[in-house]
Amino acid sequence: MKVLSEERTRILFEKLTKYIGVNVKLLIDRPDGTYCFREKKDRVYYISERLLHLAQTVKPDNLIAAGTCFGKFTKTNKFRLHITALTYIAPYAPYKIWVKPSAEQQFLYGHHIIKSGLGRITENTPKHHGVVVHTMSDIPIGFGVAARTTAECRHADPLATIVFHQADVGEYIRSEDTLT
Amino acid sequence: MGRKAKFDETKKVKKGPGRKARKQPDPVFKKELLEDDTVEKKLTHRQKQRAAKRAKKKAELAEKRKALKQAKKNVAKQTEVAVDEDAENSSDEETAPGYTDDNKEWLKPKQKNKKQQKGKVEKNDSESEEEDDSGHEEEEDDEGSEVEEESEDESPAKKKAGGEKYKVGTLDDLFKDSDNEENGDVSSDDEGAASGGKLDYDSDSSGRGKDSDDDDDMLPIEKANIKLKKKQKVDKKLADEEMQLNIAKQDVFAFPSEEELNNPASLQDVYQRIKDVVTVLGDFSRLKEDGRSRCEYTDLLLKDLCTYYSYNEFLMEVLLQIFPVQELVEFLEASEVARPVTIRTNSLKTRRRDLAQALINRGVNLDPVGKWSKVGLVVYSSTVPIGATPEYLAGHYILQGASSFLPVMALAPQENERILDMCAAPGGKASHIAAIMKNTGTLFANDANKERTKAVVGNFHRLGVVNAVITNHDGREFPDVMKGFDRVLLDAPCTGTGVIAKDPSVKTTKDQKDIQRCFNIQRQLLLAAIDCCTAKSSTGGYIVYSTCSILPEENEWVVNYALKRRNVKLVPTGLDFGTEGFVKYRHHRFHPSLKLTRRFYPHTHNMDGFFVAKFKKFSNVIPEPFKDEDDEEADPNTTETPKENGDAQSDEENAETGNKKQAPVKRSAPSDSAQPQKKKTKPNKAQTKPESKPQTTNNVLPNEINSQKKKKNRKNKKKQQNVETSNNEQVVAPTSISNEKPVNANTPQSPGNKKNKNKKKLKAIAPTSSTTETTVTTPQSPGNKKNKNKNAPSVPEKVNNDNSTSKSPQSKTDAAQTNQSPNNKKKKNKKNKGNKQQQGANPQTQAVSKNEDKITEQVAVAASKKLKNKLNKKKKQIGQINPNKDKVPAKVQAAGKKFKKNK
Repeated sequence: MKVLSEERTRILFEKLTKYIGVNVKLLIDRPDGTYCFREKKDRVYYISERLLHLAQTVKPDNLIAAGTCFGKFTKTNKFRLHITALTYIAPYAPYKIWVKPSAEQQFLYGHHIIKSGLGRITENTPKHHGVVVHTMSDIPIGFGVAARTTAECRHADPLATIVFHQADVGEYIRSEDTLT
Repeated sequence: MGRKAKFDETKKVKKGPGRKARKQPDPVFKKELLEDDTVEKKLTHRQKQRAAKRAKKKAELAEKRKALKQAKKNVAKQTEVAVDEDAENSSDEETAPGYTDDNKEWLKPKQKNKKQQKGKVEKNDSESEEEDDSGHEEEEDDEGSEVEEESEDESPAKKKAGGEKYKVGTLDDLFKDSDNEENGDVSSDDEGAASGGKLDYDSDSSGRGKDSDDDDDMLPIEKANIKLKKKQKVDKKLADEEMQLNIAKQDVFAFPSEEELNNPASLQDVYQRIKDVVTVLGDFSRLKEDGRSRCEYTDLLLKDLCTYYSYNEFLMEVLLQIFPVQELVEFLEASEVARPVTIRTNSLKTRRRDLAQALINRGVNLDPVGKWSKVGLVVYSSTVPIGATPEYLAGHYILQGASSFLPVMALAPQENERILDMCAAPGGKASHIAAIMKNTGTLFANDANKERTKAVVGNFHRLGVVNAVITNHDGREFPDVMKGFDRVLLDAPCTGTGVIAKDPSVKTTKDQKDIQRCFNIQRQLLLAAIDCCTAKSSTGGYIVYSTCSILPEENEWVVNYALKRRNVKLVPTGLDFGTEGFVKYRHHRFHPSLKLTRRFYPHTHNMDGFFVAKFKKFSNVIPEPFKDEDDEEADPNTTETPKENGDAQSDEENAETGNKKQAPVKRSAPSDSAQPQKKKTKPNKAQTKPESKPQTTNNVLPNEINSQKKKKNRKNKKKQQNVETSNNEQVVAPTSISNEKPVNANTPQSPGNKKNKNKKKLKAIAPTSSTTETTVTTPQSPGNKKNKNKNAPSVPEKVNNDNSTSKSPQSKTDAAQTNQSPNNKKKKNKKNKGNKQQQGANPQTQAVSKNEDKITEQVAVAASKKLKNKLNKKKKQIGQINPNKDKVPAKVQAAGKKFKKNK
C-alpha cells in the first residue's frame, strides 16, 4: 500500500473525471472521514484512512485487498477503471444511459450497446464521455464511452453503436480472477 | 358495431346483452346419447312381442338360476340360523314387524317387493299376501294418478273384492309410473287392447323386475362383467389374506442367514431389511429373535446402511453413535436430497421485497425463508439461471445456504465494531456481517487459501462491501497479525458431514484420520480466534464457532477444549431453533453449558447440518496450557467448572502445571508443605500478580538474577528463600505465565510486583483467583515484599531460612519457598523435596543463571515430586480436577530423577 505518485494521481483523476466529472472532489472530501487512494501492485484502492491504518499492519504479501479497487495501471502507465469501481462511479455519474431488457444480456456479455438496445439517454451527452449503463429498472450494470452525442443518437442507424463497452458486472463472473 | 343508437323513438332498443354477448344456447346432445332411455318407446308392436318372448325365455332361465340360488341361500341360512336362531329371529321381527318369518325369504324392501308381487299377481296364487298387498295398494294410490278414483276411504273389503282385476291394472300403471317416461304411450295405446298384450307386457315387466333382482336377462357382456367382478372379489379376498400373512411375517423379522448376507439380493431387499431391523431395534425385547443380541442387529443394520446409502463403515459407525437408529435413517434419507436453494438479500443495495418482486418478474418462484430471517429467500423454481441474473451481478443478492445465516445471526455484529472472519472464503458470511454493520466499522476477512480469497474479493466488490480488509493468513497465526477484535467469527474447515447432499464424496472418503486432522486444526483455529478477540470491548468480546459438520468430535469436543484453555464461557446463541448441543457423547462428558450451543440437522430443520456455538470472552489472560492429554480424555467437567465460576482458578491451575513443568528449568522455590496452607489464605493475590507486570519484573529480574548468582556462588543452604524471591521476580518478568506460576514465583514477585504493576492486575485477577495454589502464593506476597527486601540482603547473607522465619505470618510459605533454594541443589533438595516441588511449579526461567537455576530446580522438582503429588491431590479437593497436574508432576519427577542420576 503506497501513496500514488504525482504522475499517476494525475492520470487517475483525469480518468475519473471522464466518468464523474467534477464530482471527483466528492470522493476526496467526504463527511464520514478521510478517504485516500493507495496503490498496491499497480492496483489502485480507494480506502478510508481509518481502514488504511489497520490494513497497513498486515504484511503486504498477505494483504489481498482493502477497501475498494478502482482499477489498475497498465504497463504503459495508463489507468483502466475496473468494474469494481462502479459502486462509487454510478451514484456520481452525470451522464447515464438506460438499456432495454432485451439488450441487457448483450451488454453483460461484453458487447457494445447499439441503437436498437437504447432505452434512454441523458440529454446533452457529449461524444467520447464516460457514461454509466443502467437497466430500465435503474440498476447500474456497467459503464462505457459514448460513441455519439444524444442528438446523433436520434438519427442513428438501429445497428449503430451508441456506447463503447468498458466494463460490465458480468465480469464478476467472467473474469473473477483478474478483478484485483 | 355495437348497438344501434335509438334514433327512432318508436323502435324499442333491446335490453340486455349486446349481440356479441349473445347467450349461449342450451347444449344439444347427440341423438345416440339421448335415445338410450327412450328406445323402448319406439319399438313396434311385433318388436315388443319378440322382446317379450325373449324376456320370457330369459325369465325362465333366471328362475332356474334363482331356484338354485335360493337353494344355496337356504342352506346358508339354515346354517346361519343354526348358529343363532333366536337372536336373529327376534331381531328380524323387531326391525321388520310387518313380515313374518315365512315371508322373509321373498320379502324385500319396497320396490323389490312390488315387482315380485307383479309376478305373483299373474299367477293369482297369492292369498296370503293380502296384508302386504293392501300395504302396496296404499303406496300405489300415492303414486298412480289413475288409481286415485278409489280413495283411501274405500273399505278394505272393496279392495279385496276388486282385488285381482284391480291389481292387474294398478300393476300396469304402477309399472308405468315407476318407469316414468318409459311407456306412457304404450299403455295408453294399448289400454283397450287385448289383455294378452297386457299380460305379455306384465310378464315382461315382471321379467324386468327379476332382472334387476337376479341378473337374469343380461347381455353377455354384462354377465361377463359380473363374473369378472366376482372373480375380482375373490382375488381381493385372497390378496387380503396374503397381506395379512405378510404382515404377520413382518412382525417376526427373521434374522438373515449367512448366505443371505453374503449374497445380497436387490437394494429393495436391503432397504426392507433396514426397515425391519429398525423396527426390531425399536422394540427390541419383544421383537428380537431368540438368541440374538442387540449387537448382531446393529451390525447387520450398519452393513445394510452402508450398502444402501454407500457410506464407508467408519462414518456410518460414527453416525450410529450420534443418532438413534430411527433418526439415523431419516438423516441419511435427508442427506440424499439437496436442500432448497436459498439466497440472501444484500441489504446494502436493496430490500427483500423489492428483490423478490424483481425476481418474480424474471420468472423465479420464491418465498421468504422463514420468520427467523429478514433477508433470506427460498427459490423453488426458476426459468433463468439464478446465479447470473442482472440483479445477481449487480450485487442485490448472493446465493447462500440457509444454514450459513445462522453463525452471523449468532454473532450479532454491531455497527462500528472491528470484526474478524477467520475463514471467510467465499465471503458469504463475511459480506453478511458487513451488511449488518451497514458498511461501518472494520471487517477483516481472512482465508488461508489464496485462490479462494479471489472469490472473497469478487463477492465483496459485487455486493458493495467497502469496509473490509481481505487478508491471506493461516488463521492460526492471525493473533500475531492483529488482536483486539470486538467479535470473531470462525467457520472452521470441517469434514462436511452436514452437507453430504452437496458433496457426496464425504460418504466414502472420510476416516478417523481426517476427523482427527480436522479437529486438531479446528482447536488451534478456535484458540487463535479467541486470542484475536478482546474481552475489553465495550460492545463485544464474542466469538462464534461454527462448522458444517455434525460430528461431536469437531463441535462439542472442540468447544469443550477451548473452554478449558481460554477464559471464555458459552452464551446463548440467540437462535430460537435448533437442537441443543451434546453434553454427553459416548464416554465424553462435556461441560454442562454446552447445552447453549445449537445443532441443525437436514432432516429436522431442512437446512444443511450445522453447529453453532457462541463464546463470550471475559478475560484476556491466557491460562497456562494443560498438557496435551487433557484435551481429549481429561475430565472436562472438573476443569471446566472452575473456569466458569472463576476462570482464574482453572487458569491458575493450568498455569501451575505449566509452571511446574517450566519450573525445573529455572529454580525451585517454595516448600510443598507450606503451600497448601498458604494457598487457602492468599489465592487471589497470587493470581492477580502473574497477569501484570512483566516489565517491572523484568527490571527486577536482572537484580534478582545477580543476587541468585551470588547466592549460588556462596552456596548458602538457606539461599532457598533468596532463590524464591529471585524466582518470583523472574517469574514476574514473563508476566504472561505469571498467572500460572502464582504459587511459587508469584508470591515472591507479588511484593515487588505489587508495588509496580501488580496492583492494577491484581484487582482484575483477584476475583477469579480462588484456587489453593494461588492461595499459597498470596500468603507469600505480603511476606514476599518483606522477603524481597530481605532477599536483597539475604542474598549476600545466603540465609534463606532466616528470611522465611522472620516473615512470621507468611513465613510458612516463604519458608517453603526458601527451602527450595536452587543453589543448595542436592543437599537441600533432598531435605526440601516438598519445597522443591513447589519451586518446580514456579515456571519462569528467564534468569541469567538459567542453567544453574534449571539444574537446581530440576533436582528440587525431582525430590518434591512425590510431595507435590500428595499436595496436589489435597488441593484438588477444592473441586478442580487436575489430571493434568498429576501427569505433569509425574513428568517433572522423571526429569528430576534423570537429573539426580546425572548428578
